[in-house]
Amino acid sequence: MKQIVYFTMVIAMTIGIGCTQTAPETQNAPAAVGQSGVQDDVSQKNIVQVAVGSKDHTTLVAAVKAASLVDALSNAGPFTVFAPTDEAFAKVPKETLDNLMKPENKAALSNILEYHTFVGVVKKEQMRDGQKLNQVNLKNIVLGVKDGKVTVNGTANIVASVPASNGIVHVIDAVLLPPEK
Amino acid sequence: MKKVLFFLGGVLLVIVVLWQCKTKGAASAASDDAAQKAYIAPGKYDEFYNFVSGGFNGQVSVYGLPSGRLLKIIPVFSVFPENGYGFSEETKSMLNTSHGWVPWDDQHHISMSLSDGVQDGRWMFANANNTPRVARVDLKTFRTMEILEIPNSGGNHSSPFITENSEYIVAGTRFSIPMDDQPDVPIETYKQNFRGTASFISVNPQDGRLDLAFQVLLPGLNLDLSRSGKGPSHDWFFFSCYNSEGANTLLEVNASQNDKDFIVAVNWKKAEEYAKAGKGVTKKVRYAHNTYDEKTHTATTNWGTEAIMLDPKVLKDFVYFIPCPKSPHGCDVNPTGEYIVGSGKLAAIIPVFSFAKMQKAIADRNFEGEYDGIPVLKYDAVLHGEVQKPGLGPLHTEFDANGNAYTSFFVSSEIVKWNVQSLQVLDRAPTYYSIGHLCVPGGDTKKPWGKYVVAYNKITKDRYLPTGPELAQSAQLYDISGDKMKLILDFPTVGEPHYANAVPAELLQKNSTKFFKLEENNHPYVAAGEGKAKVVREGNKIHVYMTAIRSHLTPDNIEGVRVGDEVYFHVTNLEQDWDVPHGFAIKGANTAEILIMPGETQTLVWKPEKAGVVPFYCTDFCSALHQEMQGYMRVSPAGSNVPLKFSTGAEPAATPESK
Repeated sequence: MKQIVYFTMVIAMTIGIGCTQTAPETQNAPAAVGQSGVQDDVSQKNIVQVAVGSKDHTTLVAAVKAASLVDALSNAGPFTVFAPTDEAFAKVPKETLDNLMKPENKAALSNILEYHTFVGVVKKEQMRDGQKLNQVNLKNIVLGVKDGKVTVNGTANIVASVPASNGIVHVIDAVLLPPEK
Repeated sequence: MKKVLFFLGGVLLVIVVLWQCKTKGAASAASDDAAQKAYIAPGKYDEFYNFVSGGFNGQVSVYGLPSGRLLKIIPVFSVFPENGYGFSEETKSMLNTSHGWVPWDDQHHISMSLSDGVQDGRWMFANANNTPRVARVDLKTFRTMEILEIPNSGGNHSSPFITENSEYIVAGTRFSIPMDDQPDVPIETYKQNFRGTASFISVNPQDGRLDLAFQVLLPGLNLDLSRSGKGPSHDWFFFSCYNSEGANTLLEVNASQNDKDFIVAVNWKKAEEYAKAGKGVTKKVRYAHNTYDEKTHTATTNWGTEAIMLDPKVLKDFVYFIPCPKSPHGCDVNPTGEYIVGSGKLAAIIPVFSFAKMQKAIADRNFEGEYDGIPVLKYDAVLHGEVQKPGLGPLHTEFDANGNAYTSFFVSSEIVKWNVQSLQVLDRAPTYYSIGHLCVPGGDTKKPWGKYVVAYNKITKDRYLPTGPELAQSAQLYDISGDKMKLILDFPTVGEPHYANAVPAELLQKNSTKFFKLEENNHPYVAAGEGKAKVVREGNKIHVYMTAIRSHLTPDNIEGVRVGDEVYFHVTNLEQDWDVPHGFAIKGANTAEILIMPGETQTLVWKPEKAGVVPFYCTDFCSALHQEMQGYMRVSPAGSNVPLKFSTGAEPAATPESK
């Protein structure tokens, strides 16, 4: 008897499925693109667009893409991004850098990039000597201010600052390495 | 026993599933492929913008077709808490009238700007029915840019219909009244003293600015709806009217006595010539003309004092009456401009008049008589034919590009499709819920876009999940691409839609403004950068030049304000990025809140009534640190000597710290 019930239920389910309609081909959902895909050539450039437009940040842009952070950094923010130049990345051993760009090391790469990003806008003139900023990866950086020049963690210098629609980019001349612990 | 129950349960399940399959279509009355036709996948766009009048809410709402998704509510004749329209100091003047400030009106019809009889996507016009006004909405910003009050009008229903090249929009008065220069007469002298007017408002072809060009003085009729001619009938405007009985009480009965009322045919080209030749009478009037400046982000009111009145009893040969059965409501002209469809809301037929025949009848002076000094054409001489037994209570007609008409029937709740040439009924579609207006995209123009007809029903009842006594209105979308109309979607609408129209998306979307340029902001209290933010005292007025940018307000600490002061927060949104508005609110503000678009400045007035420290903040979730976008204003007692100071962040922006 139980079998009959099951059989009947299977039939019922089949019929149920049979009368659902499928969406036509042309109405397929579009590829999942976030705010980085927005077509807008009149608004002020966002952080990603600023970086992409800079000839000195090809490595950083490649890293942001490899870490799948393009959409996040195109978002409303606001962000303060410390952006190492290609020259700064060149100071990192090539093998280390190549390794970080491998898909299996995406988490480590993200950790480094997040260490370069603060949520909130900190302009250069607002920075104070000894000021700590808790970065997206929850580790602190320490700013040094002397004679109007700003250093990060005592190793990197802010060489330029570029405002963006969703925050600000401070160009730095060295890559920041997050503390182990 | 248990097993038997299981078996029965199983059989029941099969029956239920089968029944659902079988009856799905019938129960919803929708066509089988309805879901596919109305479905717009996530991230895809609708084909049409549907501009829908809001009726008693005084706004216009914008939906996507075919999805029925609500895209925008445009405040026109009513204040709107969503964006501060009518609450901010800059927008209050938009609602000025000669009767004072009117925060809420009744908005019935819209028209889209036309070039050579085809939608050009520049402006939308809207009418206020109660306190007579017309408005112009810019379709780049979807904002109300201009509102013009209509003098000598008792209620602006027959409006804002438009001529073929947007030369004029019209305003026909629904309630005849004594004219503004002799207002106080006994009501029972209706027939002697009450008049209707048809106003022609010119539209500047460059910037769309409205101007009251002239008014046509008519007998005490109630003008209802109207349409301009097209092509051969380009020079003419046609107004339906009721109450040819001249009743001033219980119109429900007394205005339904005559077999026929009229369609008023006005040769506006000739009227224009009379007006330009100075043949009108200049009447002393007073009306408000409110315009919004996109550079100062501020509305101003100018006052009109004169109106040119043209009397067809004196200036002959530009107004004729066409007899039309039983209190005509809709008065619609087909795309070729040859046929005029009158919809007598109490009639059992739909009369279709021929423009060519009308011209001949005028030339032959084929009149059946005069009504209050205006020639009445012979019905049979101007009639193309009648649609027999079309339905009950015809109201409005729209057209497709294939020679067909779609008429709404309120009493029999249906849309009837018929052929304009043959007058044969081709199809009927039930709307169930007492349809009022209907809309075929571009269905009032020379070039209907077709594809859909939308029914705007007056009743909702059980159509959606109940929400207490007050329900959303029910709109219904039909596919008209085939021979038969097919219901494909129901969607709720806000307010109470009357006339609506739809514009192809590609005509508008490419022009849509993303933000206002900060360098073009000429607001007198703009702060075009954080360095420009300041607080200035002028007597008991405090002007706060404030800026907003992700994610802080500048200044965000303000002291030195006293009880008795009047504080003006002029907030400039410094963003130059698409879709990043900021809001502003302060505790206890009796006015409201404001919303500020990127590059714009808006002002909120606040009068502190007691000493304390009062928080203010951004009300629009703008960014990850939106919650942090806040500040404090210290209010000291009246007469206090706490110095005025303000700052954001570590460094004070002005006066040195007081103790």
